Amino acid sequence: MSLYTRRLLINHFNLTVSLLTMLFGLFWLGWILVTLFDAGFGGLSPKLFLQMTPPPGSDGGLWNAIMGSLLMDAAGTLLGTPIGIMAGIYLAEFGSRGWLAPVTRFINDILLSAPSIVIGLFIYEAYVIRVGHFSAWAGTMALALIVIPVVIRTTENMLRLVPDSLREAAAALGAPRWKVITLVTVRAAKAGIITGILLAVARISGETAPLLFTALNNQFWTSNMNSPMANLPVVIFQFAMSPYEDWHRLAWAGALLITLGVLLLNILARVFFRNRTATY
Amino acid sequence: MSKTIPDASLKKHHRLDQLFRHATRFFAFLVLALLGGILVSLLAGSVPSVRTFGFGFFASAEWNPVTEQFGALVPIVGTLTTSAIALLIGIPVSFGIALFLTELSPIWLRRPLGTAIELLAAIPSIIYGMWGLFVFAPVFSTYVQPALKGALGSIPLVGILFQGPPLGIGVLTAGIILSIMVIPFIASVMRDVFAVVPAVLKESAYALGSTTWEVVWNVVLPYTKIGVVGGVMLGLGRALGETMAVTFVIGNAHRLSASLMEPGNSIASALANEFTEAVGDLYLSALIELGLILFLITFVVLALSKLLLMRLARGEGQKT
Repeated sequence: MSLYTRRLLINHFNLTVSLLTMLFGLFWLGWILVTLFDAGFGGLSPKLFLQMTPPPGSDGGLWNAIMGSLLMDAAGTLLGTPIGIMAGIYLAEFGSRGWLAPVTRFINDILLSAPSIVIGLFIYEAYVIRVGHFSAWAGTMALALIVIPVVIRTTENMLRLVPDSLREAAAALGAPRWKVITLVTVRAAKAGIITGILLAVARISGETAPLLFTALNNQFWTSNMNSPMANLPVVIFQFAMSPYEDWHRLAWAGALLITLGVLLLNILARVFFRNRTATY
Repeated sequence: MSKTIPDASLKKHHRLDQLFRHATRFFAFLVLALLGGILVSLLAGSVPSVRTFGFGFFASAEWNPVTEQFGALVPIVGTLTTSAIALLIGIPVSFGIALFLTELSPIWLRRPLGTAIELLAAIPSIIYGMWGLFVFAPVFSTYVQPALKGALGSIPLVGILFQGPPLGIGVLTAGIILSIMVIPFIASVMRDVFAVVPAVLKESAYALGSTTWEVVWNVVLPYTKIGVVGGVMLGLGRALGETMAVTFVIGNAHRLSASLMEPGNSIASALANEFTEAVGDLYLSALIELGLILFLITFVVLALSKLLLMRLARGEGQKT
């Protein structure tokens, strides 16, 4: 075989393998989604949204878990977002000098990928032990700690995309720095920052590990943030690990709900960002 | 007609400026405090366990809540093995995907395919766990495990890894599911760093008659190797700390076994399973020490990843 044919063959072979790896990746995505629809779709009914999580062997829904998840995700986002945006502003607008910004940026990138179960452990050590009981507040804090790095990261990146000429123009008109930032640069980067928040919400709505030792679970609905609260991921975990058939059915329905929500948020974030940047 | 700004107003805005700057600075500082807080609280929590077991904690495979004898060997080995399997499968596949997305795919397909792969990362890990336990494990134990055992089980040395009954759950299953979960992370870093290779370099290689594969292997990969390693490290950091997916399928057995088909345990899954049920200060403390070990390992791996990626970004401006 001549050198040319051999090189050509190697090329074709490797590129085919590359195509196959792409299909390999898509295959898992497809398999997981098909499974979810197959096993979870039957469980989707109005009852799911109207009834509490049942004891084994009886009928019920996931209402308390859905509400608990929504409440804690919302509270966690509300708590984490302002902190993340402020820190992101510091990194992007004031971070050109000094040691704090580079170090924070570095640490933040590590926290972004840090194991979420360790966040749960930290809140357990720092809060749950001190107050002596599991609570929705503890769950909220754990989720907020996951939101913060995501929001910092996107806020900084988006602010850096704002052209300096915009800042200079505002400064030339006599605007003080805080006005330049809040009224000009943050506003210009709004679409990107909102995208980051959406992604953060998507991230925490599927998080199970940090809620295990913080919010725990609750068979019933309570609006008391100071007591353990049901939430979808932990209920799914508990129900899926149980030996009961009807609990499994509910777990699949819950899994489908969460996945649809998370995928929807992800796609929304992408579409939203693309539309806004295109006009900018 | 001239208008002057009163001094008072200037002073006020100057004060507000200072206030705003310090407020944002405070929140940036909070991130550092957070890391410090995590380290301190985990250190404080693991003191009883460190006092009782010392360095023996790392060497002991014993895990007995009744006699209060705890050792971290089994979960540490489990965490490292599952992550190694994940990388073994994940790296070549991610490379293939990144190659496909940057060099082969038609332009109009790049974005949807890239998004689809990124969505793999968006699926919550508990979903991977459930799917792994109820769907993947049965298929794996009926079709794949017997085949693996038949093909590799009798080879000396390698065969030891594939002994035992085909349970479906175990270290190998956990590693495979982890590999699916790290693919999007590694692939998207690889795709991004492949995209920064100057077109001139690639075009020069093509002009000399290189095939696409030769361009990627001999030009793109050497140019981006630091970034690629950074991406792999990022994937490793993810794999080490992954909790729920592993908890479902690893089998949670505190037993050291040479076979990958046997159930095992990982640090994160030991925590997820036992923490809320742990009674006694020493038990709790041993679990917290496990958490500390996990945090330190992932911290080092992620820091390394970040440093490598930063080096690549710095080099980008110099080379043209």
